Amino acid sequence: MYARWVLTVLLVWPLVAAAVVLFVPAPRAKYVALFATLLEFALSVPLWWEFAPTGGMQFVADYAWIAPWGIHYTVGVDGISLFMVLLTTFLMPLSVLGSWSYITKREPGFYALLLVLTTGMIGVFVALDLFLFYVMWEVMLIPMYFIIGVWGGENRLYAAIKFFIYTMFGSLLMLVAILVLYFHVGQATGTYSFSYLHILANLQNLGNVAPWLFGAFFLAFAIKVPMFPFHTWLPDAHVEAPTAGSVILAGILLKMGTYGFLRFALPFFPTVALSETVQVLIVTLSLIGIIYGGLVAMVQPDFKKLIAYSSVAHLGFVMLGIWALTLQSVQGALLVMINHGISTGALFFLVGMIYERRHSRLIDAYGGIARVVPLFAAILTIVSLSSIGLPGTNGFVGEFLVLLGAFRTYPVATTIATTGVIIAAAYLLWALQRVLFNPLDKHENEKLTDLTPRELAVLIPLLACIVWIGVYPKPFLTRMEPAARQFIEQVRGK
Amino acid sequence: MSLDLSVPRDVLLALLPELVLTLWALVLLLFVAWRHQTVRDLRTAGWLTLVALLSTAVAAWWLWWNQAQPAGLAGMLAVDDFRWVTDWLFTGGAALTALISFAYLEREQLLAPEYYVLLIFATLGMMLMAAGEDLMVIFLGLELMSVAVYVLAGFDRKSPRSAEAALKYFLLGAFASGFLLYGIALIYGATGTTNLTLIGVQVGLGGSSVMLLAGLALLLVGFAFKVAAVPFHMWAPDVYDGAPTPVTAFMATGVKAAAFAALFRVLTEGFANAGAWREIVWWLAVVTMVGGNFLALTQRSLKRMLAYSSVAHAGYLLVAVASGKAAGTAAFIVYLVAYTLMSVGAFAVLAAKGRRGESDVLIDDLAGLATRRPWLAFALAVCMLSLLGFPGTAGFIGKWYILIAATSAGQNVLAAILVLASVVSAGYYLPVIMAMYMKPEASDTAHADVWLDRPARVAVAAAVAALLVFGVWPNRLLELAKTAGDSVRPPAAAPVPPPAPPPGR
Repeated sequence: MYARWVLTVLLVWPLVAAAVVLFVPAPRAKYVALFATLLEFALSVPLWWEFAPTGGMQFVADYAWIAPWGIHYTVGVDGISLFMVLLTTFLMPLSVLGSWSYITKREPGFYALLLVLTTGMIGVFVALDLFLFYVMWEVMLIPMYFIIGVWGGENRLYAAIKFFIYTMFGSLLMLVAILVLYFHVGQATGTYSFSYLHILANLQNLGNVAPWLFGAFFLAFAIKVPMFPFHTWLPDAHVEAPTAGSVILAGILLKMGTYGFLRFALPFFPTVALSETVQVLIVTLSLIGIIYGGLVAMVQPDFKKLIAYSSVAHLGFVMLGIWALTLQSVQGALLVMINHGISTGALFFLVGMIYERRHSRLIDAYGGIARVVPLFAAILTIVSLSSIGLPGTNGFVGEFLVLLGAFRTYPVATTIATTGVIIAAAYLLWALQRVLFNPLDKHENEKLTDLTPRELAVLIPLLACIVWIGVYPKPFLTRMEPAARQFIEQVRGK
Repeated sequence: MSLDLSVPRDVLLALLPELVLTLWALVLLLFVAWRHQTVRDLRTAGWLTLVALLSTAVAAWWLWWNQAQPAGLAGMLAVDDFRWVTDWLFTGGAALTALISFAYLEREQLLAPEYYVLLIFATLGMMLMAAGEDLMVIFLGLELMSVAVYVLAGFDRKSPRSAEAALKYFLLGAFASGFLLYGIALIYGATGTTNLTLIGVQVGLGGSSVMLLAGLALLLVGFAFKVAAVPFHMWAPDVYDGAPTPVTAFMATGVKAAAFAALFRVLTEGFANAGAWREIVWWLAVVTMVGGNFLALTQRSLKRMLAYSSVAHAGYLLVAVASGKAAGTAAFIVYLVAYTLMSVGAFAVLAAKGRRGESDVLIDDLAGLATRRPWLAFALAVCMLSLLGFPGTAGFIGKWYILIAATSAGQNVLAAILVLASVVSAGYYLPVIMAMYMKPEASDTAHADVWLDRPARVAVAAAVAALLVFGVWPNRLLELAKTAGDSVRPPAAAPVPPPAPPPGR
């Protein structure tokens, strides 16, 4: 019963709640949204136990949707998407709570969009029909566009349209590629279907269109990740978005790109993906992302921009881990995806909290505030250390596994990537020093108030995860192992 | 029910929808001859028009329900599903136009109920164009439609821009008709007939002579003028801009739809075996999509932006033509349903915002509309997203179908150009949404007089609801479009190219 309905309920419930939120009085909206997202999380938690750590799709539901075109509503999760779904449902209540006092105008609209966004994001991770996947992939654009454009900072219109057009540009070419795959497989088998598993099982003899199709998928996902030359939308969107928007962007939306590589681009086109040129290209771009992202982060005067560029670096590790195709590296990449959602999400929350008090995100505006707000300082330090990858925190486990696994495939590249960890330590520790520890020389900073219980309620679950994954990652690793193995066999085996 | 078109009774039956509408047109003419002064007369004429269009649609439905089939020799009229479905499209589009005209005519003091008579005659012309199995019938339908629309474009007699629009439209339309007629003459010279089926048989047997190809080229030019394909689009922005807004909506949807319907029939039934046009239409589609989108990108006036965007949409429809398949014809129907709904919705909101003396509503003038008129802003936002082809709206389903038609014909490059052109279109559709939702109002009273009367509200609400429903659950529409698309086919006697597999079955 639970297994058949849970994913559908997870998709429908936020939409229902969004409709309710729109029609309650504005001051109540956030309470309804908090309740809705908490219930969504509670509904998703049993997935963790019900999930059997074997390969293949679970919790599958399949219904005909647009029959004339062979389109089905098919959803399911495996060891890759399970964590993405849980990460989404976990971050959403925190995002609502984190927006509690930040969002003051048009509240019902904001919370309704957050809920619609939830459906879109979960839909991307559970869709097993390419049409459904594409629809969800695009649908989550609109709420994010509005969240940035209506509740964002000064430059929000520019950031919103840039975000929208970049993403759309990539995804529309993917749409054509999906259709070409549909006809190719349809002509070969006689069954015209957008089903992921059907296409995956019957995709052969693509011939010389394969590089083009891979290119279309690559562009869609590389923009989302974002990989090096396609990353310019990210700093704008992150900086202008309200706190919850940044958290969701970094925590979940970026993962859609890497998820797309894991789910579609590599299993569909293994020969192209493993060709010399593409390997060199991906590894180079990942390395540039790691090094360049870190170096650019170092010189940012704006704390939020610093975190945004650090995302480019972290996602570079994920791409390196995926392409290295060893069990450790893929598991590590999956862990980094989760960790980045938790740690970077927490960092954005923290920056948002201090911004609410002081209305500045510039690092220079602070200095020595550890004496004024000790609790804030302690948590910011812990989260930063986890983002750097200090042993004992979640960041260490993920990046260590990636480097360990990738070394077997790309020894030179991995050695270079290791410096990325050092750069991360440099920019984050330096920023910490300037924000928390230098002399308390700004008059305005003397009256800052420390974290409120509500803010602690946002941060403590994230801290708990940081420690849990850092100390005992085994439950995560066992659940993702079969899926990771299957993924590697699929790509290597063809 | 099989209709033998050599028997007068069957011809009358086959013409039933057209006859019903003609009858109503005459009734309405009589009515306006007596009563044409007050606002009340205008409204009565409007309601009569809606009844007329409804009864016409019912007549078409009756023939569809009885599965009317042609029997015997090829006649001058087509009797197939494609015709009934396009009849519904034209009457539906005209009805939506009539609904948004009520308040507009009163507000702009255009108290002449002849407006509705012209609307009906134009619709009649469109129906004949889609019904024509003979180039002469198509030409007659085209002229009937065009003459009525020339007058409609200049209907606002006090506005010099409206007069300018009518004159431009008339001059260029006359040229287009000339091209078309010359093309028909050459085709007649080459094949000895104007009947599409017979032309199709001839082309299939004898290959194509230079005269035939020249005729086909002129025919294409004539149609390209009518659908405003680049580089024959020059008239479109000025005419669309100057004409009264509901007429613009009617031109952008109905007139274009009729020209495309005739084009599909001519190319599929008459020239399926003369491959030359595929290449031409391919290029026409590319330049129209690219040109229309980039020109629209530079517009600041909402009406002109919509005018150029309608050029771009003609380009998307040309992709469906270029595929040269039944799937393309079906895609055309689905796309046109969506396009009619979203255009009428967008133009209705524009008509509500526009006022005498400021016919130029800039996109920035919509700033802050969402806070004052949330439902109106929502409606326009849905229309914009649908025009953009965003999932969840009917516009997406239409575009998807066109892409299916193109990729099934192996035209992946054309499909890629289409989607890239759509990305450009985000650059002008999104600013509308952005202005409404993300920019502050210019002043507290900026939107005080934005108002839709009840009929227009019904039209917009119905259009938006249909856009969303078809966006999520298009199954019935797709089936209808597919049977209609399959019903337009090359004559059986001619050698038919090997059939490619149907999409999605």
